[in-house]
Amino acid sequence: MRKVDAVIIGAGASGGVVAKELSTNGISVVVLERGRWYGPNDDRKDDLRNQRTSILGNNSGPEDEGNPRVAVDAQGRERIVLPSQGNYSNNAACVGGGTLTYGAMAWRYHPKDFRMRSTYGALEGSTLDDWPISYDDLEPYYEKAEWEIGVSGDDSANPFKGPRKKPLPMPPLALNKECVILKAAAGRLKLHPFDLPMLRNSVPYNGRGPCMRCRWCVGFPCEVNAKCGTQNTVIPKALATGLCELRLRSMVKEIQFDQKGHATGVAYFDEHDRLQTQEADFVVVAGAATETARLLLNSKHRLWPTGAGNRYDWVGRNLQGHTYTGAFGYFEEVVYDDIGPGAGVAICDFNHGNPGLRGGAMLANEFIRLPIQFVSMLPPRTPRFGPAHKEAMRKYYRRTIAVQGPTQEMPMWHSRVQLDPKVKDRWGIPVLRISGSQHPHTIEIGTAMAAKAEMWLKAAGAAETWRKLPGHNVTGGQHQAGTCRMGNDPKASVANRYGQVHDIDNVFVADGSLHVTNGGFNPALTIMADAYRISEHLIKTWRGTRFRS
Amino acid sequence: MNVSRTRRTFLGAAAAAAISGAAGCGGARGTTWRVFSGHEARTLDALLEWIIPEDDSPGARGAGVSHYIDRQLSTHFREHRQAYRDGLAATDRLAGGDFAGAPRKQQQAALRKLQRDPATRPFFNLLVPHAMQGFYGNPRHGGNRDFASWRMLGVPPLPVRGRSQYDLTAGGGNAKS
Repeated sequence: MRKVDAVIIGAGASGGVVAKELSTNGISVVVLERGRWYGPNDDRKDDLRNQRTSILGNNSGPEDEGNPRVAVDAQGRERIVLPSQGNYSNNAACVGGGTLTYGAMAWRYHPKDFRMRSTYGALEGSTLDDWPISYDDLEPYYEKAEWEIGVSGDDSANPFKGPRKKPLPMPPLALNKECVILKAAAGRLKLHPFDLPMLRNSVPYNGRGPCMRCRWCVGFPCEVNAKCGTQNTVIPKALATGLCELRLRSMVKEIQFDQKGHATGVAYFDEHDRLQTQEADFVVVAGAATETARLLLNSKHRLWPTGAGNRYDWVGRNLQGHTYTGAFGYFEEVVYDDIGPGAGVAICDFNHGNPGLRGGAMLANEFIRLPIQFVSMLPPRTPRFGPAHKEAMRKYYRRTIAVQGPTQEMPMWHSRVQLDPKVKDRWGIPVLRISGSQHPHTIEIGTAMAAKAEMWLKAAGAAETWRKLPGHNVTGGQHQAGTCRMGNDPKASVANRYGQVHDIDNVFVADGSLHVTNGGFNPALTIMADAYRISEHLIKTWRGTRFRS
Repeated sequence: MNVSRTRRTFLGAAAAAAISGAAGCGGARGTTWRVFSGHEARTLDALLEWIIPEDDSPGARGAGVSHYIDRQLSTHFREHRQAYRDGLAATDRLAGGDFAGAPRKQQQAALRKLQRDPATRPFFNLLVPHAMQGFYGNPRHGGNRDFASWRMLGVPPLPVRGRSQYDLTAGGGNAKS
């Protein structure tokens, strides 16, 4: 394989952005993606087989066969799990990564989300800390992500947002019925509802048409290509430069180093399972928090015998996602109008400033619940089968609104991914072993947010409400983050503020793994923005030094 | 007939061949079942009807939920095949030999035991979510016949606009010719 300037591992939310930024700035790039490239027509909108409900498998990789992990529960029992099973913490393996099938909420984190330790102080049992960058550092890149990848919405009525220089490029979608009901109710409560931002075309943009308002949204590739992911925005731009080569079904085994610990490239298995080497001046790891940590741990050298960046045992630690909490409200009138994607109105009144709580969550109405998903959302005392269950489905399905949000998690040292000592994938590479639990304070925050959601629904006229309380298990999945924390102290982080792995000149992490904390918001836009920020540093520095110190 | 359709037809035939080979130990000849014997299917249908009964709209039997389970047991749920064998035999036993043929009262008593007995409870707990999937899920997997549950809930049966090139009512998602 011809040597290139940069090799990027992963073609998801961050890898796609880095590939476009580097290649449009004259840097030659090979992107290695372990999955395939799915188009909008490859998916059958199957409610039992998709990214969110994977009872009969998932639709965006990885395949169940040959990609196991080991999950350890709170009692220490370990079990081999497959990608389609819940505790695998799967995101995706495909071009676009999670952005192919996501719901596409496009949140900027709150300024305080970058300053959790300074805002709230230390928390016992948690590795809660500040980011090495601030909201202001990231703001220009949020703007770039919003305009280049495409965001619709209108947050002008949200007084809790960080300052922004430019409005969103596209107007919001028209509200569906439940959004109209909730927006009015939030106003009556003196809260501050607004049209939430989505990486979704509401009008023609970037050469693609608008959302057609179907219910098959979150968990599915968009039928009309209106969701904006990296697969239909930055990656095509990168490929058009002629400087970016994307290799599919390419599974990276390890980063390779010379004697002095300078990376020379990567070893990977190509689509025919042949072991190949790709040499590069520098390596950008963008495999998302679980697989990025796995690759660093599998990249050993005499200078770092337990894995790259792992001198102080931080790689794989602080695995975070979001435990979702909220409430359901039953209304006497039909509130279901079959106008997707469903989610449309949000409040950020409770992200911070909750007495006694370190953070909170953005709350929004939920995406349309497909019937099979709704089976497990009925009021708690509903019989789980029989005539009463069927009657409840009939009574509640079109008359229920769900409000929920991603609880700000308190990072935990013991919530982590490690290499399993025994289990290997189909290429013989050691797989991940996932273990951990939620901090009690995360449970407190989530419980409080469920009460806020319930209050909102009651104000909206719900005749009956029930809560969705936080789970106690470690979360990974779509919102996975935190396993390669960036920081200024090399003894208490994995990478510096530019994602450069401590001790190594030319290996960078550029995804959600870097997040010190994960906000009370969906993380995709932050991951994209940070990838733009890191790319800018890479371009400037590579031109000067080629990363040789 | 375009290329993709030819390929799909071919794959379908190959999959069916693979399945019939794998299911050789179970599926009775001359029936539409892949895994169940005719009697097992009758027991399962009667049991499922207690989980999702018919009222103004079809129940599990009318929606073909047992076909969903049968099909999954030959593919994704292969590991549960024995659990179903044993569970259905236990169901019959608890109803005096033939659950489907037993009077309603006796069926109800058997159902109660099935749920409570530690030996059969795991089977019952496996069955309930499978029944819900077969009833409320996409018809292409063999259940939810004629979109029975979606019609009941008032969800438009056509899954998505712009996919009219597929005949979704056939349950297999095959391209229209």
